[in-house]
Amino acid sequence: MELTTQIGESVTDALAYLGALATLGSRAAYFTFVAPLRGKPLRLQRAISQAMQVGVRALPILSLITFFIGLILALQSAYELRKFGALNFVASAVAISMTRELGPLITAIVVIGRSGSAFAAEIGTMKVTEEIDALETMAINPIHFLVTPKFLAMIVMLPCLTIWANSMGILGGALFGVAQADFTWVRYVRASLDALFLRDIVTGLVKSVMFGITITAVGCHEGLSTGAGAEQVGRSTTRAVVVSIFLVIVVDLVFTALFFFMSDR
Amino acid sequence: MGQTINAAMQSEAMISLRGLRVSYGEREILHGISFDVVHGETLVILGGSGSGKSTLLRTLVGLERPSSGEIWLKGKNIAAISAEEMDEIRKKIGMSFQGGALFGSMTVGENVALPLREHTKLEESTIEIILRLKLDQVGLSGFENYMPSQLSGGMKKRAAVARALAMDPEILFFDEPSAGLDPIIAAGVDQLILELKSAFHMTIIVVTHELASAFLIADRMVLIDKGNVVAIGSTEEMRASTQPRVRQFLDRIAEPEVSQELDYLQMLTEDNRLGR
Repeated sequence: MELTTQIGESVTDALAYLGALATLGSRAAYFTFVAPLRGKPLRLQRAISQAMQVGVRALPILSLITFFIGLILALQSAYELRKFGALNFVASAVAISMTRELGPLITAIVVIGRSGSAFAAEIGTMKVTEEIDALETMAINPIHFLVTPKFLAMIVMLPCLTIWANSMGILGGALFGVAQADFTWVRYVRASLDALFLRDIVTGLVKSVMFGITITAVGCHEGLSTGAGAEQVGRSTTRAVVVSIFLVIVVDLVFTALFFFMSDR
Repeated sequence: MGQTINAAMQSEAMISLRGLRVSYGEREILHGISFDVVHGETLVILGGSGSGKSTLLRTLVGLERPSSGEIWLKGKNIAAISAEEMDEIRKKIGMSFQGGALFGSMTVGENVALPLREHTKLEESTIEIILRLKLDQVGLSGFENYMPSQLSGGMKKRAAVARALAMDPEILFFDEPSAGLDPIIAAGVDQLILELKSAFHMTIIVVTHELASAFLIADRMVLIDKGNVVAIGSTEEMRASTQPRVRQFLDRIAEPEVSQELDYLQMLTEDNRLGR
């Protein structure tokens, strides 16, 4: 009895949490896509500065990480492929696993670490110092004011970052290909492009948009539900990172399965 | 009660509270508060820590929803209006938060100009002039390009008042205006409230536990204790009051020590019951 009650409570808590995320996400989407048509202009200035923060400033670290990931992928697949004397398949193996899976995922994880946590910390601090209350008493909707620019920045920048990450990953693979598998740079890149279908790239980008929505919703929700006191901000930030990583992987699984069964038919 | 509040009362009263109850979850903080705030007066809401005075203020500006009761503000019961209607009312009120609640990522000037930029279609040059005017009123001329982090506690409060004044509100709310300030700076903030009062005949509602400041700025006072109104009246009436709870608060007498074990147990269980 005890156990079933506990399980029931956790399930309802989890559903309530997802419901809160969905509400926040859809309100942010409303303010991004619908409200501007009804005369409530977007805060482009704020969205652009967020996009700089989320996107452009993430480029150096993301480039480095995905370059290494590409190199690792090449090494790992070569380990198996060379048994069959098929080292020239390294290019396609790296290209496909980067664009379909690791490009979007690694990008999302880097962005969670840099921006998802920052969203929770920024909004959480504002909650603690009553700045969110101040917005409300000034008749300024905190979601419109704070969440929407982040939302817009995320859904634009995450696919862009993912494309960049894919390219850097392929470049990392090429380093191995040129050094160890008798490729030239040009031939490696051509082999990669030949192996890719548009579908591979597009499914990766669709996922990255969904990741962006998830990261924004979790980060901002954690920030907005911060309790009183500075230590709560730290707690929100940690939770934002942990929950985002988990949910991004769940979303990844859902969409990967979806694409798998869609391409099957 | 419903709509039975007489019209005469409403036209004179800027705010009318009727049987206001507010709960956080299961726990009721305010147990039926009723009083009126007259147009143009400065009302001080006094009360100790945990008395519910801050909750009362938050409810008055629409940050908390009452579980029952009515709040008549500008002819509307804000306990039962839509978010859009509440936003319209909020454009007519100003609130100065305890810590100032200035936006840390914006300059003082941007903070003060924010409501104007959000809610009006004024030219940037006009906003600039209003901004200077408001900063001048609170004694912060020339500070528009400072970041809030560069200001002292007293200056932050003044900047917050300037922001609250930006939309020329009819009602101004203060949450603990002298909290965390040294006596001299706190006196300066009191002086500022008095100046606003005489210059604009605004309705001002101040929540505080600072007695000296309360008696200086108030026209009338409400003493809140454990979620109930204990006393309401002019400063003279309050000073002359013989009510034990009022005397205890004004004369700063500590809660009597509980010596008997049984009493202590009873106090604990009672508190527990309240806490539920």
